[in-house]
Amino acid sequence: MADGWTRADLVSWAGTLVAGEPDISNGSHGTAADLDQLCRAVTRAVPVSGAVISLMTHGGPTGIVASSDAVWRDVEELQFILGEGPCWDAFESGRPVLAEDVRAGDEARWVGYRAAAIEHGVRAVFAFPLQIHFARVGVMDVYRNAPGGLDDHSLALILAFAECATALLVDGQEAAGAGEIPSGVDHALGSRFEAYQAQGMVMVQLGVPLADAMARLRAYAYANDRTLGQVARQVVSRSLSFEPEDAASGTEKGSES
Amino acid sequence: MSALPAERVAEIFVEFADTLVEEFDLIEFLQMVTTRASELVGSSAAGLLLADPQGTLQFMAASDERAEMLELFQVQSHEGPCQDCFREGAAVVNADLSRSPGRWPNFAPRATAAGFASVHAFPLRLRREVIGALNLFGSDVGAMNPADAGTVQALADVATIGLLQERAVRRGEVLTEQLQGALDSRIVIEQAKGALAQIHACSVDEAFDLLRGYCRNHRLGLSEVARGVVNDPRAYPDLMA
Repeated sequence: MADGWTRADLVSWAGTLVAGEPDISNGSHGTAADLDQLCRAVTRAVPVSGAVISLMTHGGPTGIVASSDAVWRDVEELQFILGEGPCWDAFESGRPVLAEDVRAGDEARWVGYRAAAIEHGVRAVFAFPLQIHFARVGVMDVYRNAPGGLDDHSLALILAFAECATALLVDGQEAAGAGEIPSGVDHALGSRFEAYQAQGMVMVQLGVPLADAMARLRAYAYANDRTLGQVARQVVSRSLSFEPEDAASGTEKGSES
Repeated sequence: MSALPAERVAEIFVEFADTLVEEFDLIEFLQMVTTRASELVGSSAAGLLLADPQGTLQFMAASDERAEMLELFQVQSHEGPCQDCFREGAAVVNADLSRSPGRWPNFAPRATAAGFASVHAFPLRLRREVIGALNLFGSDVGAMNPADAGTVQALADVATIGLLQERAVRRGEVLTEQLQGALDSRIVIEQAKGALAQIHACSVDEAFDLLRGYCRNHRLGLSEVARGVVNDPRAYPDLMA
């Protein structure tokens, strides 16, 4: 079907599919709601299980802004917790990263992430940078719970969806104005903002630099099989705190009360 | 009149399409367009106008001072071949200046006085969007053949695509930078809220009030102080007390 289609045709077709996707109210609004709708359109248009959009900087993922279904947010978060995965590589290189069989492939690549992703039922993952020329703003991750690659048409269509997603973010930013973030993105990133608050608290609790505080939070979440959001909520509500001696001994243990 | 070898013509086309480079300079690019366009068809001079966001033509570049003067005149008087070409989205070819005082009563005498006998104008256009016009001035009348006119129009088309692409890319860069900047400052404010909440054993909302109050009293930016707090809380003893 993609034969003879120009890139512009595909982008406009992807836009039509996004607009045709029912707007199910899941509490999101503005640009973030449009991106949720886009993620759902991706899963309807191509044979994949889930789609998630993360905002990113060169320091890593900033937060999850949209998903086809909330369950995929936990899967997406693995890359943030583990500090590795296809979205990191796609953002860094500016090129799509295609892992059609998470259980096979390059042994050295994402050892921790692959194990965690398999545990969450991910069998294939494809990451597409959201970018205009050299300017990058995030990544769209597309997941399958069965192994297998994407055919040319699916790949071309997903690239078109990624282009639409970038346009939505850029247009949303233009509407928001300098110093602000696109509407709804604030709300969508809410739980990650809580993680940043927890990061600041743990930094003081342990007397360590910020980056180390986040590393402790990530490690604690991973070791206790919780999401970073759950751990952050515990820290902010003060039912979990970290003790400096733990840091000295290197044990990853939070003291719960 | 197309005296240029095919290789040189091809070279010029490649040059015109090459807008997506890091060190792109709009004026330099348009200057190059005017000199190459006149080189291509052996005309004496060329000038270029682009529409501003309000849709009014503005002077951008010219191959020499005479052309610059005539372009500026067209901008000020809203009269001349570039204005007609831009309005109608169609090329004006081989306009004989000595026969045009009716069409351009103010422009034609000035162009003649500058030493030109004929004028051509080509729209800078992509599909229905016209973003400006390219003027060529000649010292002979009726010298541009249809093949040359086609080549110049093709060149104008390539330059237009390049310009529009460059605009889209620049807008994307500015806006993604804005988004990253706004997100960065949101993150650092959340981190500082957490740090202050821990130091003062208060809620994060109370910590935010504290931070905001401090910034107001000291006329400092929120994200600037937040960044300082997370880098070294001791740098703000007033906030720690």
